[in-house]
Amino acid sequence: MSTISREEVARLAGLARIDLTDAELTRLATELDVIVEAVATVSRVATDDVPATSHPLPLVNVLRPDVVVQPLAADQALAAAPSAEDGRFAVPQILGEDA
Amino acid sequence: MSAEPSGTLLVDYDEATRRYDPVIGIEVHVELGTATKMFDGAPQEFGGEPNSATTPVSLGLPGSLPVVNEKAVESAILIGLALNCEIAELCRFARKNYFYPDVPKNYQISQYDEPIAHDGWLDVELEDGTVVRVEIERAHMEEDAGKNTHVGGATGRIHGAEYSLVDYNRAGVPLVEIVTRPITGVGDRAPEVARAYVQTLRDLFRALGVSEARMERGNVRADVNVSLRPTPDSPLGTRTETKNVNSFRSVERAVRYEVSRQAAVLDAGASVVQETRHWHEDTGVTTAGRVKSDAEDYRYFPEPDLVPLVPSRDWVEALRARLPEMPAARRRRLQDEWGYADAEMRDVVNAGAVELIEATVAAGASPAAARKWWMGELARTANADGVALEELTVTPGQIAELQGLVDSGRLNDKLARQVLAGVLAGEGSPEQVVAARGLEVVSDDGALIAAVDDALAAQPDAAEKIRGGNLGPVGAIIGAVMKATRGQADAARVRELVLERIKA
Repeated sequence: MSTISREEVARLAGLARIDLTDAELTRLATELDVIVEAVATVSRVATDDVPATSHPLPLVNVLRPDVVVQPLAADQALAAAPSAEDGRFAVPQILGEDA
Repeated sequence: MSAEPSGTLLVDYDEATRRYDPVIGIEVHVELGTATKMFDGAPQEFGGEPNSATTPVSLGLPGSLPVVNEKAVESAILIGLALNCEIAELCRFARKNYFYPDVPKNYQISQYDEPIAHDGWLDVELEDGTVVRVEIERAHMEEDAGKNTHVGGATGRIHGAEYSLVDYNRAGVPLVEIVTRPITGVGDRAPEVARAYVQTLRDLFRALGVSEARMERGNVRADVNVSLRPTPDSPLGTRTETKNVNSFRSVERAVRYEVSRQAAVLDAGASVVQETRHWHEDTGVTTAGRVKSDAEDYRYFPEPDLVPLVPSRDWVEALRARLPEMPAARRRRLQDEWGYADAEMRDVVNAGAVELIEATVAAGASPAAARKWWMGELARTANADGVALEELTVTPGQIAELQGLVDSGRLNDKLARQVLAGVLAGEGSPEQVVAARGLEVVSDDGALIAAVDDALAAQPDAAEKIRGGNLGPVGAIIGAVMKATRGQADAARVRELVLERIKA
């Protein structure tokens, strides 16, 4: 019994702006199912005294002092821009979104 | 009911609040005044050349990695402590995923279910002295987005724009977002409470020194949630969120507008749509934006490029010890020191004159004199020019100097006002204006006596009456002398001299 439907994969793909074919949707739904099942197995093993882990390194508080570094020059920043104008990145028209 | 331009029905505000109970919630974003950005060492500057303050991190270039700014964390903890919050023992950053060109990574690094500060409160004082306790749900750290400029299209609005230009100087600037719990029980005063809350936060940020908190620069931005319910006992109604309301007055107006609009929707038997709305400063209305996304749509997950943050209790306590006097306590102390009545102090606070008067007193003026200048002549000037008191081109030091000239008898009130006009016109310090315009009180008795004798000689009838014991015409003689000295005589001294010379 699949817990991840093709529709859910399609919705996630839409949110992530990934274009998937029907065949890919079917294949990914099956693969994601396996991953979800594996995570569920871990969840069954992890008891309340096992803290949630979000990072493989056992480190906390990696901070830097508030010291300015040399920024990129504007032309360097724009060097890889597909399109630029007036020292700014030019991007396609934005529709149906907030300002 | 009235219809506004787009055809939206509105219910009169008083009518709306008689029939519905407004509930508000406010999210405030404050840009921290650190030297560098939240996750990289790019400088934080206002108004530089576009894209001149970026690094590979703030541009989201592949392979670049964020590192947390320690000062930004300190500022966030200070804000949390000042808001009476608990500071998390452990917190994490999270990715908030969405696609918009001002977010170069396609995600914003924020915090999700583990904010650095949570469960606090802030007491907010309204103009009439009423105190409302606003409960704080959380305060979390995140990064600001870049700035889009929309090009083309007739109106400059997004729709119809042909393309957009993006400046990433602001991308990555540290933000703290402060979220209230629903503010209930304030009834028709909801707009006033919303405004006072944001104003109180602004004062707090400045007192803490964590931000310049300049509204006009967008350092402080508010999102205002409003919902209505039939009675205070009813469950919360559906809310709208009006984004980016960036002045105190607009916060108040936006709440009022939404109350009137939602009341009309409910009156018509329809439902309020849960959505984001845009505030239009020019017309004072809100318009529908996108329908509010589910939280899942942002696909939050722990930021894999950053390790957890565990603020040690020693660090938190050291920061707590550094908390300055809070603005409300400071106002009470100053009122006490200055001996102002409640109403006087409230006027001073509402006029934004506390710091100005404090500095004027520090420069040597009496509290009464400082208040007289800032709340009198200067308030009138600022009002007439449509600017804030602090924008006037006169310093507290100059006001203290001016008052010193009055106190020493070198200026009378009338002359002092002329000198002030000179200072405001950029003619220099009060001393310099006095010298340049020759405005000093004539204290040379010789010159005054000559003027008095002239006046008495010019009005023999008046002189005769005064000599006969009728003091009525003394005023006319004084007036003549003041006129002859272009107002530069000390009227009290002139009076003495008139009575002296009449016997001569």
